[in-house]
Amino acid sequence: MTSLAAKPSISLSRIAIYAVLIGAVLIYLIPLVVMLLTSFKSPEDIGTGNLLSWPTEVTTIGWVKAWATVKGYFVNSIMITVPAVLISTAIGALNGYVLSMWRFKGSQMFFGLLLFGCFLPFQTVLLPASFTLGKMGLASTTTGLVLVHVVYGLAFTTLFFRNYYVSIPDALVKAARLDGAGFFTIFRQIILPMSTPIIMVCLIWQFTQIWNDFLFGVVFSSGDSQPITVALNNLVNTSTGAKEYNVDMAAAMIAGLPTLLVYVVAGKYFVRGLTAGAVKG
Amino acid sequence: MATLELRNVNKTYGAGLPDTLKNIELSIKEGEFLILVGPSGCGKSTLMNCIAGLETITGGAIMIGDQDVSGMSPKDRDIAMVFQSYALYPTMSVRENIEFGLKIRKMNQSDIDAEVARVAKLLQIEHLLNRKPGQLSGGQQQRVAMGRALARRPKIYLFDEPLSNLDAKLRVEMRTEMKLMHQRLKTTTVYVTHDQIEAMTLGDKVAVMKDGIIQQFGTPKQIYNDPANLFVASFIGSPPMNFIPLRLQRKDGRLVALLDSGQARCELPMSMSDAGLEDREVILGLRPEQIVLASGETAGMPTIRAEVQVTEPTGPDTLVFVTLNESKVCSRLAPDVAPAVGETLTLQFDPAKVLLFDAKSGERLGALGKSQPVENMGNVTRLNRN
Repeated sequence: MTSLAAKPSISLSRIAIYAVLIGAVLIYLIPLVVMLLTSFKSPEDIGTGNLLSWPTEVTTIGWVKAWATVKGYFVNSIMITVPAVLISTAIGALNGYVLSMWRFKGSQMFFGLLLFGCFLPFQTVLLPASFTLGKMGLASTTTGLVLVHVVYGLAFTTLFFRNYYVSIPDALVKAARLDGAGFFTIFRQIILPMSTPIIMVCLIWQFTQIWNDFLFGVVFSSGDSQPITVALNNLVNTSTGAKEYNVDMAAAMIAGLPTLLVYVVAGKYFVRGLTAGAVKG
Repeated sequence: MATLELRNVNKTYGAGLPDTLKNIELSIKEGEFLILVGPSGCGKSTLMNCIAGLETITGGAIMIGDQDVSGMSPKDRDIAMVFQSYALYPTMSVRENIEFGLKIRKMNQSDIDAEVARVAKLLQIEHLLNRKPGQLSGGQQQRVAMGRALARRPKIYLFDEPLSNLDAKLRVEMRTEMKLMHQRLKTTTVYVTHDQIEAMTLGDKVAVMKDGIIQQFGTPKQIYNDPANLFVASFIGSPPMNFIPLRLQRKDGRLVALLDSGQARCELPMSMSDAGLEDREVILGLRPEQIVLASGETAGMPTIRAEVQVTEPTGPDTLVFVTLNESKVCSRLAPDVAPAVGETLTLQFDPAKVLLFDAKSGERLGALGKSQPVENMGNVTRLNRN
């Protein structure tokens, strides 16, 4: 650490650094500020003031209307995201456990191929996935969308868990085997209790990915089963009637809140989990 | 408790790859302490994993008692193992660590409690039972790992370099403690180490391994005094045995080795009379403690004067280095008689203790354990140049 370094003095370069940093912060924050301000304005207020002007009268009318519009889709998103996140994380954990501690002939190759999944753009799997879902009779169902998210997420969750588990000494598994524990007992009683940081990383990652997904949502669902991202798009893109920017902004905030919440609650694990290579068994 | 017998055990990781273990044959009696020792990569840990069932063997049989366990899974072999890293389950308390194997074996809770109490008392870890492994020192973790093995009362205990993660002082302490415990419990034990002092001090039997082959299997005394080849001789003993390459000559009808210190020369009569040894490139092996200062009591033994080049006082001994036949030779002397650098001293050898190895193959020459006492010691000729 630099605790012995001289006390920072106010120099020109330091002022420049802070100016740049504050500038960057403002650039990042302004859209959020505009959204928040606009969402609490009345439609008339939006027409008269500029983007950054304070609402003449704070009103929650936009939020109420937005909630009424997207409520069903918000629930859809939860119904899609929660099972998809849980299933992909659970399978990823099991995959990672096998690929790091129960290596089989060709497991390295298997892992290598699986990694391709991380680099495949969403667009390339649309047609095959749609075809498969159709054959399975799951086209345009929530179950189908969950399945697509699970399969697509597996590459990432497996990678996370496998890389976390390779840092756990093999001897732990050997010791447990000699103690008489089998494959699932070792996983449940020894490995999983050690996995909290990486489970958190996986949950945050998957939740953010799936909640924010638009492409799979728009392709593999329709009508009332669409997720909130698609509903938001539809809401904002309506060409009939006057533009209700306060409703649009409130709806966008509603769509973004859950990922924000997840990060606030579990964020410390995220940082800890990303540096988990240093964790000793 | 049981006997352990390895019958022609072979292990290879695939056709075309070199054998990891080759024709391993050994057996120990009930309650014996077997040491597998060798440099890293010699296959000792693989052999231990094979005994544990963590790796499969590709040939031969592993017998525990009267039972061939070769095809059994680790949990059915009734074996407990202490790992180098201790491998304590980090999320469980010490008590849960010890209980884990017992619970899996469906022992009832009152028996488990009694067993944990017994082991904790034995290892003096009663006050640690509710702590997590991360809160323990290395020595304490080591005890807990041993406790976990002891609690199961298995047929055989396996130790995989259990002391190598401890600091030097603790290692010596735990070594003594381990020996004490073995004397008390009389458990059949296989112990892997690369430390030849652990091998010598702990083992009833020692198997010295190299390149997947057992170089020698015997008691520590046999291994030390009667090494089967150059490798065993050089691996066991600290400071290591001195090796002097030379050519044997025949003089007055007997084989002699001619030593030259630069100041003086001496003839060392050989105890073996094998005619095939004459004029042959051999390596003469002498342990540092077998090269002593000449004294009146053992008159008649060959001696040589030599100049001291380096001394290394270790406390109990002083290691004195001289040059013989252009090889650096170490002698282990008492500190109060050890000379200073540059001084000339007279060293004395016991020819009966001299070992001979073939320079090419490294095999021991002359039958194992049959070195004859040399007769007519008084007739040794000494050639002093000065």
